[in-house]
Amino acid sequence: MATENGTRRGYLLLSPTLAVMALAMAAPLALLVLYSLTAAPGPVLAGGPSLAQYGEALARAGYRALFWRSIAISALVTAVTVTLAYPMAYFVAFHAGRAKFAWAIALTIPFWTSYLLRVFAWKIILGYGGVINSALLSLHLISTPLSALLYNPFAVVVTLTHAWAAFAILPIYVSLEKIDRALLEAATDLGDGPARRFLRITLPLSLPGVLGAAILIFVPTTGDYVTPSLVGGPQGAMIANLIAIQFERVGNWPLGAALALASMAMVAVTAALFVTAARAAVRAVK
Amino acid sequence: MKALRAYAALYLAFLYLPVLLLPLFSFNASHFIAFPLSGFTLQWYRELFADVAMLHAFGNSLEVGAVTALLSTVLGLMAARAVTRYRLKGAGAVLGFISLPLFIPDIVLGLSLLLLLGAVDFPLSLAAVVLGHVSLCLPFALTVLIARMQGFDRNLEEASADLGEGPWMTFWRLTFPLMLPGIAAALLLTFITSFDEFLLAYFLSGTEATLPVYIWGQLRFPERLPMVLALGALILLASVVVVILAEWTRNLGVSKKSVGA
Repeated sequence: MATENGTRRGYLLLSPTLAVMALAMAAPLALLVLYSLTAAPGPVLAGGPSLAQYGEALARAGYRALFWRSIAISALVTAVTVTLAYPMAYFVAFHAGRAKFAWAIALTIPFWTSYLLRVFAWKIILGYGGVINSALLSLHLISTPLSALLYNPFAVVVTLTHAWAAFAILPIYVSLEKIDRALLEAATDLGDGPARRFLRITLPLSLPGVLGAAILIFVPTTGDYVTPSLVGGPQGAMIANLIAIQFERVGNWPLGAALALASMAMVAVTAALFVTAARAAVRAVK
Repeated sequence: MKALRAYAALYLAFLYLPVLLLPLFSFNASHFIAFPLSGFTLQWYRELFADVAMLHAFGNSLEVGAVTALLSTVLGLMAARAVTRYRLKGAGAVLGFISLPLFIPDIVLGLSLLLLLGAVDFPLSLAAVVLGHVSLCLPFALTVLIARMQGFDRNLEEASADLGEGPWMTFWRLTFPLMLPGIAAALLLTFITSFDEFLLAYFLSGTEATLPVYIWGQLRFPERLPMVLALGALILLASVVVVILAEWTRNLGVSKKSVGA
């Protein structure tokens, strides 16, 4: 089938998509890289390439703190979301019976509401005059509203955990669903108890789903802008807020570009380390 | 087992309760979003439908969503066809390249596109938003369509060719109808993704707001909040209908598999 002619037609068929992605993604990213190598705000690469912006991005303690906070918040969100989602996905894959399909739909519906409004809902819930405080007040459980709920990293973690739940449930569910049930029976026949069977068969075989979910959540949440803006306050601000400020208010595009690329590099390195560590850990268990 | 079922119920409550606050408070007769509830009203819905700026932004979002869905599905279809039908060298790299937006924060995609459009003097507009949304949606469209095409029996196409149909007729009379459920799912998924997308639209839309950009602008005004909640409740309702429709068309596809087997 793979004749010369056919191969050429295949590449031809692929070319419009590649052209659009080159225009809409690759070219903009390349320009972003060039901006990050520009020494001062102004024309791109004026005065030759320079690493000054990266120096600035990494030298300031305030910026470094934001980098670490973004990574820490996202890592926590990823861990909590995946841990909470695993039993849920396990239930749907192994114990939902005929209702499996209904569960799958029920679990995805909340995620098709506006992302903005889902995040905003948490501002309403956690706010000073919000749902939790007004409910506790009207039940006479507190006498003054709690102000510690909103505008801090905790609010960001809770909100992101809720907002990204589907991205954990679905990949884990798919990987659990793929497990050959005969393997589980075999393990039981050979004398494994439920706990041992889970650790030796189910968990390792569902690991691709768990890792996929973790990456799908960790990578975009480090760059999330909406959630820290709405519920984070100054203590819960993340790197995306700083990047946006450089572009919108300060007008320092080169620094904004360097911050964006430095944060992407940090995220990539963290994610790669994590995947390697997780694989090694599972091999040790097996 | 019982514990697991209880956990599943709790988890579902965690997912739904925050979202259900939107419809609840959208009918509450008070500007303040707090308990106790102060009575039933349709006032916020009346305000919503009288809001010309909201309706305009809604129209913009429909337009951007429709164009994005169409473009990314057609491009996704061509690419999916190319990598499933032909054994191409570097197909893996190509798929990785197209999936890249999944791993790039939206803020980076949005700002870098903003830089490029500025560099070539392309005006910030709904067209600029479409360009950003297509790059964001293509990975989704491609995933759905490739999954559909991989379940496709190639013998059928050979049979069609043997019976004297040319490649185009084979495509229109055989491949396309069998692909239809996948195409419908890709259209819906990309439309919803574009319709809901905020950050790229925020940077690229210029003076023409999409619905999420409009909502973002309203969140600063406490007196506008109940109306925004009414809008959120309607979006939720529409999403439920669309998701159920989408699942239904996907299942249609599954049961049609017997034709392909």
